[in-house]
Amino acid sequence: MPHDHDNHLDPMEARVRALETILTQKGLIDPEAVDAIVETYASQVGPQNGAAVVARAWSDAEFAEWLARDATAAVASMGFAGRQGEHLQAVFNTPHQHNAVVCTLCSCYPWTLLGLPPVWYKSPAYRARMVSHPRAVLAEFGTILPETTRIRVWDSTAELRYLVVPMRPEGSEGLAPEALAALVTRESMIGTGLPKVPA
Amino acid sequence: MNGPQDLGGRDGFGAVRPEPDEPLFHAGWEARALGITLAAGALGHWTLDESRHARESLPPAIYYNSSYYEIWIRALEELLTRHDLLSAEELAKGEAQARTPHPRRLDPARVPAVLAKGGPTDRPLSSAPRFAPGERVRTRLQARAGHTRLPSYLAGRPGVIEADHGGHVFPDTNAHGGGEQPQRLYTVVFEGRDLWGEDAEPGSTVSADLWESYLERV
Repeated sequence: MPHDHDNHLDPMEARVRALETILTQKGLIDPEAVDAIVETYASQVGPQNGAAVVARAWSDAEFAEWLARDATAAVASMGFAGRQGEHLQAVFNTPHQHNAVVCTLCSCYPWTLLGLPPVWYKSPAYRARMVSHPRAVLAEFGTILPETTRIRVWDSTAELRYLVVPMRPEGSEGLAPEALAALVTRESMIGTGLPKVPA
Repeated sequence: MNGPQDLGGRDGFGAVRPEPDEPLFHAGWEARALGITLAAGALGHWTLDESRHARESLPPAIYYNSSYYEIWIRALEELLTRHDLLSAEELAKGEAQARTPHPRRLDPARVPAVLAKGGPTDRPLSSAPRFAPGERVRTRLQARAGHTRLPSYLAGRPGVIEADHGGHVFPDTNAHGGGEQPQRLYTVVFEGRDLWGEDAEPGSTVSADLWESYLERV
């Protein structure tokens, strides 16, 4: 471990601090660029982007059709494009089929729409069992589906990133897009959850 | 390689534990780890595929005992030394001689543009598709020592082609300095019972995006 004088720190805190220091000294990174990257994912890119896309698909049939046909272009038209969202596919839940997304081999995730993945998405438990026992994993999220609903699991093995478009909840008729977006949870866009129901 | 990353269908990892109100980062170093990894990647010395391979090549005991950002940092240290950007001695000492900035050092002002551009992997192909949507195929068995995106639980299994996504960079070569060698990418759907037998949850299906050379006719 580097940095004896840092040994009061968490070992990873010390290790990352040391690495950032040497990379900066060697002119390989600029700490302000690191700040800018962190700031982007802390405040600009997050599940609010995906929720806006879903809310629009719920309220605009033409947009929903475009999203189903060419999600990359439809989403780019709303200003959401970039790293880990270069190639997108939207998959729509129906009463007969529920969709859910996993990356068994690493942690592929649609960053442009959902931001950074949560710890559970990257955990061995989720990556191992979501493909073999999807209904049981959904139950661990409190998501119980009718026996008649088939579950389709999408394993993100390439650079195609998936957005689940949940079914529009009952009682949401007449809500404005902003109010609809507030019903769309991150988990409902991964497929481990369902949208909120209007109060 | 069926290393520690090849998790699909494995038992023993317990229940999934979603964390209520999960923070974006669980410690200050996780945020720096994210930023450093992306800024170092922007230097252009390795591909995303090579960095994935560096992560999955960690010894299994370390991989399973590390948080995801710790896996990123350990792999980043390996990539930096492999590509002669840092020496093992500099890493061990935690200090380096100051140098002139790298010509491709990521400028803070360029961060929004670089993140917004990303790294598309679609490539033109002149060859015709070998398979058509609706066609039944079987995935190949393989014992590949290097990087691959065919998970073990999907190897040697029957499935149906659902979609043709055109040419995409082939990770199995691109991770190892072998170039992009683009191949056609297909979405292939597998029935749960063809993966898990009688233990499959009724009516479940799994799909994956697989390159043409992973597939054969049945």
